[in-house]
Amino acid sequence: MKSMKHVKGFWLSIVLAIIFSVVIQFLITGGTLNSFYVNTLFSIGINIILAVSLHLIIGITGQFSIGHAGFLAVGAYASAIITMKLALPFPLALLVGGIAAAFAGLVIGIPTLRLRGDYLAIATLGFGEIMKIVFLNIDYVGGASGMTVSHLTTWPWLMACVLITIVVIINFTNSTHGRACLSIRENEIAADAMGINTTYYKVMAFVIGAFFAGVAGALHAHNFYIIQPANFGFLKSFDILILVVLGGLGSMSGSVIAAILLTIISTFLSNYPEVRMLIYSLVLIVMMLFRPQGLMGTKEFTDLLKIGKGAKGGSQDVNKQTIA
Amino acid sequence: MSTNKPLLKVDNAGIRFGGLKAVSEVNLELLKGELVGLIGPNGAGKTTFFNLLTGVYVPTEGSILLDGEKLNGMAPHKITKKGISRTFQNIRLFNDLSVLDNVKIAYHTQAKHSIVSSILRLPSHFAGEREMEEKAIDFLKIFNLDDVLYEQAKNLPYGQQRRLEIARALAAGPKLLLLDEPAAGMNPQETEELMNLIALIREKFDLTILLIEHDMNLVMGVCERIYVLDHGQLIAQGTPVEIRNNPKVIEAYLGEEVS
Repeated sequence: MKSMKHVKGFWLSIVLAIIFSVVIQFLITGGTLNSFYVNTLFSIGINIILAVSLHLIIGITGQFSIGHAGFLAVGAYASAIITMKLALPFPLALLVGGIAAAFAGLVIGIPTLRLRGDYLAIATLGFGEIMKIVFLNIDYVGGASGMTVSHLTTWPWLMACVLITIVVIINFTNSTHGRACLSIRENEIAADAMGINTTYYKVMAFVIGAFFAGVAGALHAHNFYIIQPANFGFLKSFDILILVVLGGLGSMSGSVIAAILLTIISTFLSNYPEVRMLIYSLVLIVMMLFRPQGLMGTKEFTDLLKIGKGAKGGSQDVNKQTIA
Repeated sequence: MSTNKPLLKVDNAGIRFGGLKAVSEVNLELLKGELVGLIGPNGAGKTTFFNLLTGVYVPTEGSILLDGEKLNGMAPHKITKKGISRTFQNIRLFNDLSVLDNVKIAYHTQAKHSIVSSILRLPSHFAGEREMEEKAIDFLKIFNLDDVLYEQAKNLPYGQQRRLEIARALAAGPKLLLLDEPAAGMNPQETEELMNLIALIREKFDLTILLIEHDMNLVMGVCERIYVLDHGQLIAQGTPVEIRNNPKVIEAYLGEEVS
């Protein structure tokens, strides 16, 4: 019975999301939304994918990775090569961007995921910087001056990618495989003692997260006309990390909401470049002071709705399906 | 009993950390269905010995055989699949997860649905998850934990946390259950309940149990045989009565007699 209800809610959200995308599409083609708003919407979409993919690695599996911009870069460059150098279609570029990043995730994940905590953070930070320097030194992709990429990211493609990312990560998390990842976050030694192959699931979460970061990279590359190694430094990794932490570690709705809010804030603040970083930092500090657990804590949007309806006491329902 | 092949056979096993011999030359045999105690003063190497059995540490000498299969050097999660499951001295539950999820995670190794079927929400995913949930709920009923299914593990009272940890270890489907000081921090009434619980699960799940414990009443009360470890070495073994009167054991616990 319970699962039937979940299935219904799931389809309802999909339908709502599609209606929303169609409406926005009409507004864009009708010219009601000017290009400033359209650009903001595109940035929000890309940031949602990035935040949700990193949420799987940090929030669910508890592996503190701060090299996410590295996967973004791999996806961006791989997809740009597909469309610009090989003149192949854009959908293929999306897929190749994701697969290339997933492969990078696999290669970097197997040795580094033996590390824990701070050590893993430093190793992944190093990975991000290495990727940046690799692209800086490959003349084929333009070196420091970067690559010009045609604008192929359209609203339907973007929305489709956002939806697929969210659905895949929710479905993964709300399954025995997601619970295996959660158990690693909660207590790795106990997870091991329960027969969970911790290395396998850490690498799996890493690869899935990297795949979607790669897809985001492809969308990013074909949205901003130019990609340069400098865009993918550790500051970009921290931007993504902030989305996840601010949204609440372990809450996917939190990551999505943080991605939307912070993208809007930073877009509007770009009109005041001299105070932009100042205000942005202040927002973060105030946030961490008054709500250190993040916007949503570990709760999900659906949990809030249940509490609103007064169903069976909130604290019991929090964990109902999972934390994602 | 003599025709019974040992379930667990530990042959001369030991581990050294650099120059320190934490455990050495331990010989131990458990027959199927036995309930055996492992006692010893603080720092004797009891938990280290458990860590050797479960693969957390790899023995530097000797061998460990479960049903005749060598476990040395096997990863902990593989040893669990072979049939050794444990609880921890300092409780290690999945604190932020519900009681139900804690047990479901132990069923993970028996799950048949793949990651792909879960992501695509194929029928096998729903069937697998439903089966898991029903099994976990039925299982928690045995432990009287079915009224706190959706409570976060960290919010349970201490005694229930201990019980949940035992339940979780059992859900992993072991042949051999290792309990590391299950009565630590319990009051006499809780210890009594625990003793009944151990007797119950042993009967119900056809288990062999190895138990580390400080509470002498519990050990002497439920164990059929007892091994005594001191300074990393076995100093005695036998029935509770024999152990109680063994001068070496008395010396290890109370110090040498002054002559």
